[in-house]
Amino acid sequence: MAEEWKPKIMGIICNWCSYAGADLAGSARTQYPPDIRIIRVMCTGRVDPLFILKAFTDGADGVLVSGCHFGDCHYLEGNFKGAKRMFLVKSLLKNIGLEHKRLRMTFVSASEGAKWAKVVEDVVKTVHELGPSPIKELSK
Amino acid sequence: MADTKKNKKESPAKKVVKVEGVPQSFSPKKEEEKKQARIGVLICHCGTNIAGSIDIKALEEYTKTLPNVAFVDNYQYVCSTPGQKKITDAIAQHNLTGTVVAACSPRLHEPTFRTATKEGGLNPFRFEMANIREQNSWVHMHDGEGATEKAKDAVRIAVAKASLLEDLIPKSVLVEKAAMVVGAGVAGMQAALDLANAGIKTYLIETLPTIGGRMSQLDKTFPTLDCSQCILTPKMVDVGRAPNIELMTYTEVDAVEGYIGNFDVTLRKKASGVLSMAQAEAMGISGGGCNGCGDCEPVCPVIKPNDFEMGMKPRKAIYISHPQVVPLLYTIDFDSCVKCGLCVTVCGDKKAIDLEMKDEFVKVKVGTVVLALGFELFPIEKKEEWGYKRFENVITSLEFERLICASGPTGGHLVRPSDGKTPKKVAFILCAGSRDNTGIGKPYCSRFCCMYSLKHAHQIIEKIPGVQPYIFYMDIRSFGKMYEEFYYRIQDEGTKFIRGRVSHILEDPATKNLMVHSDDTLLDQPFRLEADLVVLATAVQPSVDTDRTRKLFGVSCSMDGWLLEAHPKLNPCGTTTAGVFLAGVCQGPKDIPDTVASAEGAASAASIPIHMGEVELEPYFAQCIEEKCAGCGMCVNLCPYKALALIEKEGRTVMEVTEAKCKGCGTCGGFCPGGAIWMQHFATPQIIGQIDAFLLGGAQ
Repeated sequence: MAEEWKPKIMGIICNWCSYAGADLAGSARTQYPPDIRIIRVMCTGRVDPLFILKAFTDGADGVLVSGCHFGDCHYLEGNFKGAKRMFLVKSLLKNIGLEHKRLRMTFVSASEGAKWAKVVEDVVKTVHELGPSPIKELSK
Repeated sequence: MADTKKNKKESPAKKVVKVEGVPQSFSPKKEEEKKQARIGVLICHCGTNIAGSIDIKALEEYTKTLPNVAFVDNYQYVCSTPGQKKITDAIAQHNLTGTVVAACSPRLHEPTFRTATKEGGLNPFRFEMANIREQNSWVHMHDGEGATEKAKDAVRIAVAKASLLEDLIPKSVLVEKAAMVVGAGVAGMQAALDLANAGIKTYLIETLPTIGGRMSQLDKTFPTLDCSQCILTPKMVDVGRAPNIELMTYTEVDAVEGYIGNFDVTLRKKASGVLSMAQAEAMGISGGGCNGCGDCEPVCPVIKPNDFEMGMKPRKAIYISHPQVVPLLYTIDFDSCVKCGLCVTVCGDKKAIDLEMKDEFVKVKVGTVVLALGFELFPIEKKEEWGYKRFENVITSLEFERLICASGPTGGHLVRPSDGKTPKKVAFILCAGSRDNTGIGKPYCSRFCCMYSLKHAHQIIEKIPGVQPYIFYMDIRSFGKMYEEFYYRIQDEGTKFIRGRVSHILEDPATKNLMVHSDDTLLDQPFRLEADLVVLATAVQPSVDTDRTRKLFGVSCSMDGWLLEAHPKLNPCGTTTAGVFLAGVCQGPKDIPDTVASAEGAASAASIPIHMGEVELEPYFAQCIEEKCAGCGMCVNLCPYKALALIEKEGRTVMEVTEAKCKGCGTCGGFCPGGAIWMQHFATPQIIGQIDAFLLGGAQ
């Protein structure tokens, strides 16, 4: 049973760095597990804490937010502001008893295709270790 | 928080909010319109790129079951003309309200399919792309089932977004008929000359007191053996004379605001302590200002190393770095000036020297920008085994250039720094710091070191009778026009080539000769050489100010620090910031012909928006839903572009967006506690729609 479970992981990533990095992983044919689904936004600053909470209430097993490196944001500092909110969301997750490791924020630049593949591998591994999100069971 | 959530769950898009001064594009869709969403989906095979891993038939069958989908088809190459026609035709035939193409990355073909959607009679922003190639088939090549499942989800997410998309109208902005080129080496000069000749007012910014860059430090150029200064100085003079070029030397970019067409650049004119003739005239000193006579230099008591001569020649605190400087203006190095005033006295009636001069800030407005930031040498002393800076007779290639140059510190006589004698055995070490995976050097090939080292070998054979050059190499990369022929010529002239990487160099303390230890990998035996002089063909790296400057313009860099082009093959001069272009080595190591070609490319690209006169901005602006806005002003502080402000309207405080300043990052929309900010094309209901479609939607 456990082997058949396919985690549902949502990635919200910025157009300029991480999405471009993920595209680069593609052109380089760097292989990684297919367990993530991507939603593109212009900047991680756009990521409303609501999006992450909505994903978890909808039953996501993990959420990845990925943007530019600090100092490299296409919009100067959107990634700082996005990252600050992730701390807020992580503490909220802790409060409701959900493992905060289900949410991860990373910084992958447009030239880091290999790093993107590694990040996805890592996230998939972490979510596999944590198992299915308890929220899905509870909301049934 | 809880409130926000509730609001959003009720889907704020259902209400039509009328906001004054906001274009038609902003009015979230009406209920009845929404019910009628009819989406057409086209699935691309991309030859076998996608169809090789993803089961197109299964994907198509699945897509037919999705809500709002009115039409599904697949095609070999949707980006081809017949493929695009399928989109255009389907819009009319099936009365579509939106289109989805499942193919490559939107970063590649979104503009193509938007145009096709527009041709079909729909607003181009009613198109959404599902990336099933770069982020699917190419990265899950051996997991067809997983890839197909992921593609189904991607299409479902895209359809959900397409169903919620609205008409948007791109904002046209006028383009300032002026350009800026940052960096006045050969790339910057070429770009500036091209722009100026195309009738565009061009500001050429250089951080040093003179233009010319690295090329002006070189003696000869390969493989033609032209004298570098002889071919460069006419260009420098042209730049100084061109009526359309405003040359600003000893100036740095301090701040950048704005966007394509309207960059407001603040420049810091560093205090040079010397007035030009024009400046003096403006200050009412008739016939005054620096005419380059040089009377001030001999009286200056301060002696410093001259960076232009790689520190091998002295200069004064008031100096020009070499006789051919453009503009011919002396500069005071205020870090070392003791303000004794001797130069002021000797300058006399010209009154050109102002020891109290302060940095000045100037604002200019330009439509497009070319970055030509150049390179510097990697600090090769970090490779301790070669002893640079420990052993006097180990020098870098740029030091060699100055020593062999007739206008250099030794008048063109190559000498050993330790004793001034002419060397008879010279070792050239290639890939010094390049192609180095030890973590100390640079992993990339610096591209021009092989060729200039061949040229160096030729130059010493020509100048010093009885000299024997040795070249230690890994591979000789002579890839350009007439380069391979040049390599054969140097071999015939008697240069010895040893294929091996030098492990270490030791110095004989008595003679200061150098023992070069290497392997001869072709003979498979150790090779030792006692050399009089060692020249390190040092790796290049981005110039010191590159990182600061690129961040001001919002340009990314690759892992090695070189600036990142928009596309490595198809847009090597462009960047991800619209209106900013790259020229020369700052994008990656290039020899002079490639640098000039890239500069001409960048100049041409930078002139296009200016000649078009206006450009369209993607309409991803923030809009305020005034009904919901509580006027708290948190968004105002979050905006990095000062695009938001609080205003009084009908007795309430609400936020207002200045569209021209908004770049659409959405940082305000991600934080608004009342959900009162509508991010066009990335609106909260649209993103929530995508999340729901992924996790709850579909025929699962």
